[in-house]
Amino acid sequence: MDTRVSIAGVELKNPVMTASGTFGSGMEYGRFVDLNRLGAIVTKGVASVPWPGNPTPRVTETPSGMLNAIGLQNPGIDVFVERDLAFLKDYDVPVIVNVCGKTVEEYLEVVERLGDTSVAMLEINVSCPNVKEGAIAFGQKADALFHITEEIKKKAKQPVVMKLSPNVTDITEMAKAAEAAGADAISLINTITGMKIDVAKRKFVLANKTGGLSGPAIRPVAVRMVYQCAHAVSIPIIGMGGIATAEDALEFIMAGATAVSVGAVNFANPYATVEVIEGMERYLQDTHTETIRELIGCVDR
Amino acid sequence: MDYRKKETTVVVSQKEISAGIFDLRVRTQAAAYCVPGQFAGIFPPSDSRMLMRPISICEANAESGEIRFVYRVAGEGTKLISALKEGDTAELLSVLGNGFPLDAAEGKKVAVMGGGIGIPPMLYTAKKLAGKTAETEIYLGYRNNDTFLASEFTPYGTVNVVSEDGSTAYKGNVLDALKERGFKPEVIFACGPMPMLRAIKRYAEEAGCIAYISLEERMACGVGACLGCVAKTVNKDEHSHVNNTRVCTEGPVFDSREVEI
Repeated sequence: MDTRVSIAGVELKNPVMTASGTFGSGMEYGRFVDLNRLGAIVTKGVASVPWPGNPTPRVTETPSGMLNAIGLQNPGIDVFVERDLAFLKDYDVPVIVNVCGKTVEEYLEVVERLGDTSVAMLEINVSCPNVKEGAIAFGQKADALFHITEEIKKKAKQPVVMKLSPNVTDITEMAKAAEAAGADAISLINTITGMKIDVAKRKFVLANKTGGLSGPAIRPVAVRMVYQCAHAVSIPIIGMGGIATAEDALEFIMAGATAVSVGAVNFANPYATVEVIEGMERYLQDTHTETIRELIGCVDR
Repeated sequence: MDYRKKETTVVVSQKEISAGIFDLRVRTQAAAYCVPGQFAGIFPPSDSRMLMRPISICEANAESGEIRFVYRVAGEGTKLISALKEGDTAELLSVLGNGFPLDAAEGKKVAVMGGGIGIPPMLYTAKKLAGKTAETEIYLGYRNNDTFLASEFTPYGTVNVVSEDGSTAYKGNVLDALKERGFKPEVIFACGPMPMLRAIKRYAEEAGCIAYISLEERMACGVGACLGCVAKTVNKDEHSHVNNTRVCTEGPVFDSREVEI
């Protein structure tokens, strides 16, 4: 039984990662799961300087999901390198750093700073719906996405994964733009913009008014988009959106994802990542499947 | 001394002790690791409700292995939790957050103040302070004469029950009562609605005493990863260095001088 996959030359012991923003840098969940078991850890978004994030309330539950508008609160790259990367060095797990910024220059600053670190890959956040500048502004127009991808590729020493937003008319256009600009992989989907109103108070629940919807509620949308992108590009895809179980993860892989990320479900079940890995191993055994790689995009075969 | 797990616990009992206020007891080893002011996440028994409800610990008993929660039904999630019966299972994420620094009360004149659904954690606090302080006065603020839990505080100090509508002996808020009695606490432990906590923060600054206040905020993970539940701080916070500290992890109890509320 072989669960290994590789993305842009980075070998993963299994295809199960954490989704950015749902797992910190692993410190908080290291008490629940053995971080060494994970295929990779994708960190929360980090910018060139500390970002305070949005006012509260920042989170609220919705049916089979949640809305968040954290606004990418983060300590900035200096603290991140000194503290978070130092912490992760003790683990035998590839680290993928999620990079955010308000301008192309800010992204590049973080990308360059990470160049001489042990970080395995960079995931470029051009899809956070909760900040006013940057982020999603680069991820909703194919030419803007092409441009930032190209600029980052010029400076990046690690493989570059562009994280795509589902809040677009045609996500395959975005996938193609990223690929054409030299992205090594794409990850999808980020959250779907949503809104919740407190009827008793006649007010928005979130201080930011809108938030990003995540959790099992968005899974079918995410699986569909992964499938579409898998047919539009030939670079590897990291699929995510409401994965709670091994079966959910296998849906993404069968739709064409090479790897998957467990996101908001970590909040509901802090053991979810390892349970997905174990369930995947059981599936391979029970179905006499030699390698997980056979299953990538298998629905079309 | 540290316990943090998501686990399936067994409901020992649950009853409605007042209109919309429920008293839930569950059995878990976590009971041996609780400190007053800490909380647990209770997951509504429903596949479509994914987040825990952060609920303060009203009592924890290491011998019986029981944690008691007294909470108000505020929405669909807590309504589902309130339907749990003896023998049912309850998914619990515990023990979360930091409790009140009880040692700060050693030999001091202490005011224990609770308002509304902020009263339950103060029962546990008052109980654990018994015998430690020079003097304990307890101030409990209610909306009306529905004074749930008030009688249980009697063994732990002088109890002053106040109500907004004057249907109890004293009409007003907990601070009015404290001032009228002329009690001059050196340390305050408090949990309650934001206006009450703001007033206590101001009072402590003016009176030169120390107030430890327990904050409430909407949470997702409860363990410090999501950064959903932040409170504004005077100084740079430890996690993000942006004056936004995590209520679930650095709190929910704060020295009132540290937070801007």
